[in-house]
Amino acid sequence: MMPGGGRCAACKYLRRRCPSDCIFSHYFPANDPQRFVCVHKIYGASNVAKMLQQLPANLQAEAADSLSFEARHRVEDPVYGCVGIIHRLHEQIHNAETQLARTQAQLSVFISTRID
Amino acid sequence: MASSSSYNSPCAACKFLRRKCMSGCVFAPYFPPEEPQKFANVHKIFGASNVTKLLNELLPHQREDAVNSLAYEAEARVRDPVYGCVGAISFLQRQVQRLQKELDAANADLIRFACNEIPTALPVPSGVSSIQPMLPRQRPLEFTRRINEGEGLYQPPAYSHPYISPWSDIPSGGFNDGGGEGKNM
Repeated sequence: MMPGGGRCAACKYLRRRCPSDCIFSHYFPANDPQRFVCVHKIYGASNVAKMLQQLPANLQAEAADSLSFEARHRVEDPVYGCVGIIHRLHEQIHNAETQLARTQAQLSVFISTRID
Repeated sequence: MASSSSYNSPCAACKFLRRKCMSGCVFAPYFPPEEPQKFANVHKIFGASNVTKLLNELLPHQREDAVNSLAYEAEARVRDPVYGCVGAISFLQRQVQRLQKELDAANADLIRFACNEIPTALPVPSGVSSIQPMLPRQRPLEFTRRINEGEGLYQPPAYSHPYISPWSDIPSGGFNDGGGEGKNM
C-alpha cells in the first residue's frame, strides 16, 4: 500500500486491493503507471514478484529499475530489446579501438621521426 | 533455424513443458532439443505464454532474432538477478567512456607533435609533410550521448551492500553468438 492509503500502480492495474506488504508498492508507484504496464507485458506480474522476492530487500529497488528498463526497451523494440543497445555499444567500442590504434600508429611515426 | 517437431524429437520447450510437440509448434523452430537451457532460462524469466504472445506480435522473419535476444536477456538475468543485461550496458558504456578519453589524449598528443613538426620559418623536410595528422575526434561515440539523453544512461548507484556484479568481462560480438548452453555473453 502506498503512503496515504492509495493503491500502487501494480494493484491498480491488476484491479485488486493493495495489501500493506505488497511487493510492488515500493517500486511501482501510482504516479508512473506505464512502468508497471511494461514489466507486466514482458515478464508478467507473478514473475516480477518472484524475481524481487528472491533478492535481499536492499537490492530490490535496483532490480525493479533494471527490469523496468529492459521491459521498456523491449516494448519499444520488440525484436532486439536492450540487446540492440549492447550490439551498438560493441560497434562503438570496435570503432573507437580502431581509431585509437590508427592514432597511436601515427604518433609512433612522429616519435620515431623525432628520435631519428 | 532448427525444426524439431518431428515424431522422435520434441523441441526443448515441449520437453520442458512435458507436452506433445505438434507440427506447427511456435517454439520448435527456435528452441532445438540440443539447447535445453535456452528455453529453461526464457521460461524462468519471461514465461512461456509471454514469449508466445511476443512472438505472435512479430513477423515470421523477425522471430529468430527476437528469440535469441530474449534468450540473451534471460541468461543475463539468471546470471545477474539484480541488473540482468543492464549490467552489461553499464560496463560497456564505461568502456566507451574510457576509450574516448584515451582517444582524446592520443589526438591531443598527435596535434602537439604535428604542430611541432611544422616550424614557422624553416622549410619542411621531405618525408614528414606527407604524413597527415588525424582530425581530432571524428565523433565515433555520438551514440553514447543518444543513450545518455534519449535512451537513459543506466547507472547503478554505489551500494553499501557488497553486491559484486558478474560483468567483469564481456566478450565482444552480438547476441547472435549467444543462445547456446554455457555460451559466454
